[in-house]
Amino acid sequence: MSAIPVDAKPATPAPADAAPSGGLRGLVADWSSDQQTFHVAWGKAMMWIFLLSDTFIFGSFLTGYMTVRGSTTVPWPNPSEVFALKVGGTDVPLLLIAIMTFVLISSSGTMAMAVNCAYRRDRVNAARLMFVTALFGITFVGMQAFEWSKLIVDEGIRPWGNPAGAAQFGASFFMITGFHGMHVTVGVIYLVVVAVRLLLGRYEHAPNYQIVEIAGLYWHFVDLVWVFIFALFYLW
Amino acid sequence: MSHAPGQPEQQTHPIGLYLRIWGLLFVLSAMSYAVDYFHFQGLLRWSLILLFMLLKAGLIVSIFMHMAWERMALVFAIVTPPLALLVLVGLMASEAAHTHLARLLFFR
Repeated sequence: MSAIPVDAKPATPAPADAAPSGGLRGLVADWSSDQQTFHVAWGKAMMWIFLLSDTFIFGSFLTGYMTVRGSTTVPWPNPSEVFALKVGGTDVPLLLIAIMTFVLISSSGTMAMAVNCAYRRDRVNAARLMFVTALFGITFVGMQAFEWSKLIVDEGIRPWGNPAGAAQFGASFFMITGFHGMHVTVGVIYLVVVAVRLLLGRYEHAPNYQIVEIAGLYWHFVDLVWVFIFALFYLW
Repeated sequence: MSHAPGQPEQQTHPIGLYLRIWGLLFVLSAMSYAVDYFHFQGLLRWSLILLFMLLKAGLIVSIFMHMAWERMALVFAIVTPPLALLVLVGLMASEAAHTHLARLLFFR
């Protein structure tokens, strides 16, 4: 050491360059050191990771539905007939479900535009579009409530059985759409809270309105899950 | 479309892009509804349903959720883990077939 001139030392002996200590202390040091993998705001990275975990929940639900549908020997009720709606004396298959799909897609469209407005720091229009999105969401939940009561009251479908066919139909249906409907409801509350705070100027001291984009990620995810439910449960 | 690391990304796309994707999602939904409405059956029905489903999911994730403009590290961290679900689907499909067979043999 004494042979090396002082000037040859590295200019900034960062702690990260030091030999890592072992054991528990090393474990803590390795996990807490200032490393960054995702170059996005932490809130956004966390929302993505939450959505990833939610993907597994819905993925497992849909896989369970596949399993019970594939293993029953009783014919599966035809969703096209179960969810038909009488319009002027004729049965239109899946009409309500189709409308619900369009409502949810429209809400995704308005949400995407709200995020766009937020990026341009146009907070009034961003909040306005978020309220429209929440309104679409409430419409969706309302139609779902209508659908549930029609199925329970008129068609006698229960989680443990139904007159139309395989008993597992009700269990899968109430489980999957119920959990999705809960996500929509929570999303509506989340959007309204963020929109109101945006209008009240709570995010003015923040460098940007990224909270709107984060809320948007959640909302688009709800729409994304519906795409899979629509295809795999209602159309299959 | 990359931006400097550590920099909060600026996503100022023209609003027309979102309107176009919105329209496209409407068309795809109408088409998957048409699959049911015109009573397509068998392999054609299932492949069309899956095709429209995946197209819609792809559009929502890549454009609406901005995945197309994120860095690869985030894209891979989010998109690849759900592929494990395909293994689960494969396992449970064979499990369901086995149960179905057993029910046909012993419980009828």
